[in-house]
Amino acid sequence: MTKKVDFDIDLHHLTRVEGHGNIHVSVREGRLAEATWAVVETPRFFEAIIKGMSAEQAPFLTSRICGICSISHTLTSIRALERAMEIEPPKTARAIRLLAMHGETLQSHALHLFFLAAPDFLNTPSALPIMQSHPDIVLAGLQLKELGNEISTVTTGRCTHPVSLVLGGVSKAPSKEQLLRLKSMIAERLPALERTTEFFGTLTIPQFVRETEFISLRNGSTYPSIGGQLVSTDGVVREENDYLQMTNEYLTEFSTSKFTKVSRQSSAAGSLARFNNNYDLLHPRARAAAAAFGLEPVCHNPFMNNVAQLVECHHIMEDAAMLVDRLLDDNLQEIRTPYKPKAGKATGAVEAPRGVLYHHIETDDEGKVTKADCIIPTTQNNANIHYDLHALAEQALQEGKTEQETEKLCVMLVRSYDPCISCSVH
Amino acid sequence: MNHLGFELKPVKIASFDFTCCEGCQLQLANKESTLPEFLSLIDIRNFREISSERHDDYDIALVEGSITRSDEIQRLKAIRAKAKVLVAYGTCACFGGVNSLKNRIPQQEVVREVYDGKVIETMPSMRIEDIVEVDLCIPGCPVSKEEVERIMVGLVTRSAVTLPKYPVCVECKQRLNTCLFDLGEICLGPVTRAGCDAVCPTGKTACLGCRGPAEDINFPSFVQLVKDKELSLANMREKLALYNGFGDYLDQES
Repeated sequence: MTKKVDFDIDLHHLTRVEGHGNIHVSVREGRLAEATWAVVETPRFFEAIIKGMSAEQAPFLTSRICGICSISHTLTSIRALERAMEIEPPKTARAIRLLAMHGETLQSHALHLFFLAAPDFLNTPSALPIMQSHPDIVLAGLQLKELGNEISTVTTGRCTHPVSLVLGGVSKAPSKEQLLRLKSMIAERLPALERTTEFFGTLTIPQFVRETEFISLRNGSTYPSIGGQLVSTDGVVREENDYLQMTNEYLTEFSTSKFTKVSRQSSAAGSLARFNNNYDLLHPRARAAAAAFGLEPVCHNPFMNNVAQLVECHHIMEDAAMLVDRLLDDNLQEIRTPYKPKAGKATGAVEAPRGVLYHHIETDDEGKVTKADCIIPTTQNNANIHYDLHALAEQALQEGKTEQETEKLCVMLVRSYDPCISCSVH
Repeated sequence: MNHLGFELKPVKIASFDFTCCEGCQLQLANKESTLPEFLSLIDIRNFREISSERHDDYDIALVEGSITRSDEIQRLKAIRAKAKVLVAYGTCACFGGVNSLKNRIPQQEVVREVYDGKVIETMPSMRIEDIVEVDLCIPGCPVSKEEVERIMVGLVTRSAVTLPKYPVCVECKQRLNTCLFDLGEICLGPVTRAGCDAVCPTGKTACLGCRGPAEDINFPSFVQLVKDKELSLANMREKLALYNGFGDYLDQES
């Protein structure tokens, strides 16, 4: 039974998300009149400013699209340019890059789970009070985040805006000493992940379902990271270069970020999308963690993206340990393929922490960028967030939730997507 | 908090972001091993990216990003009015950063390239000090957390806060790296302000000058070095332009 209430939820510059977005929900006489997710971030026009830049420098520029997933952006540009100019990076460099991706995703998921999402579940404004109330849990979170950053630093020279990821491979390989330290650090921090999993198991995940189409990469042999086919839970399969058919960007009146769609009104990317499309390729440990939360593919509850991130942390820890072992057995000598710039065009697709990321780049015969198009995971989620907000507010009204309860659910919904808003506008 | 018998009060800080990637703010939550000690130095009054608590009483405002829209000017002026110390935090805030690459192109053209027919407000990227008075600049893309920690300790203990005056080359030599010029690559280490521990040349990639010019650099001699090594002046200019820290020198060179 809906109560005949009037209220407006107006959240200007939502907190505990990366970037600037507004939530607006308007209820009149107990009925939902409007629910909007408006991105108001200032654009930086990366597709315009990259034009004319050398292929060598371009990945260092696109890294700056995002302060959280800079390794993903760098590697997506590198993949596009290497495919465009037919450069084959050596096997060792590919393993180092994969390990770097794991470091970034672990860091990003830990940041989101502990600093951005957890406070909602514990009713605190930030993670700072949790440091007092649950010191062991925050310590576990910091240990995982630090491990992610350390993996990134060892593999790329720095944890934000990598320095040694270059066209043709990597400019510097980690030392054996660094790899041995990583190996023991990963083993030492498995208990922190166990504690984290137990802790998140005690939290109540809101029940909400709106069916959508989940988009991710899939290569059929390993859980996706760099490159692969583009797949959806509605059965769409496309090749990397056909990324436009998997995005169909369009403009809205109220947002500086574009929106996207594939087979339905909206679609979703991110951990839950990867999980839904690649469950069979997760490490058994990660599948066990998912089972403990009752998470199974295809899950249509966006709040479960938090759990899917945690599940991926389990997979990453296992896969990172395996990659470190592989690199320890490697002589780490062949890390960079020399290349000559040439004209070409190609798309690079990479699973950034928040979902599949596309850079399409065209070059002239000197290797200068003549055209670029970047489609960001959060750009692909903005329409889904927008329509989810509408459905969630409807559900809250039907369940007789108060204005405060509805507002809380709305902010938790947006945060569940872990949006990277400045990235989505770029 | 007590230091040598003196009672120290944490500084009230706020962190704000404008046109940027927010990577510099993220550094505040990095270097996890010293994070509890770092947090004991500061009292976070307003920091949207990590906290829903927002207070207007702060002494130090860290301002990240450059300015590219009129509403940002108003927001920045309001922050300046409240802050005792305003810090231009990161390369975008200090120099305009990569956002400034669009200043070379007519703004309508930039909008058309990305948004087709849609009307989007934007203006050439401006530094924080183009709009309000800046008390301190912490450059870096991203900022170095070690440097931020050192500066925060300085602010809490009321001691002098300085940036290295010498170039990245000094730190690079201390790390016993092979000079990138000897490997046939142009590196901006000879002209860029140190303080990053030469992180890029240590990773065997060129310094791209994110920290802006060091003090009293010999720019003509740097250009001569590039010429002597028979390296590309166009490549040198591309590197110098990336973060907008060398505008005056670029004008002088061409």
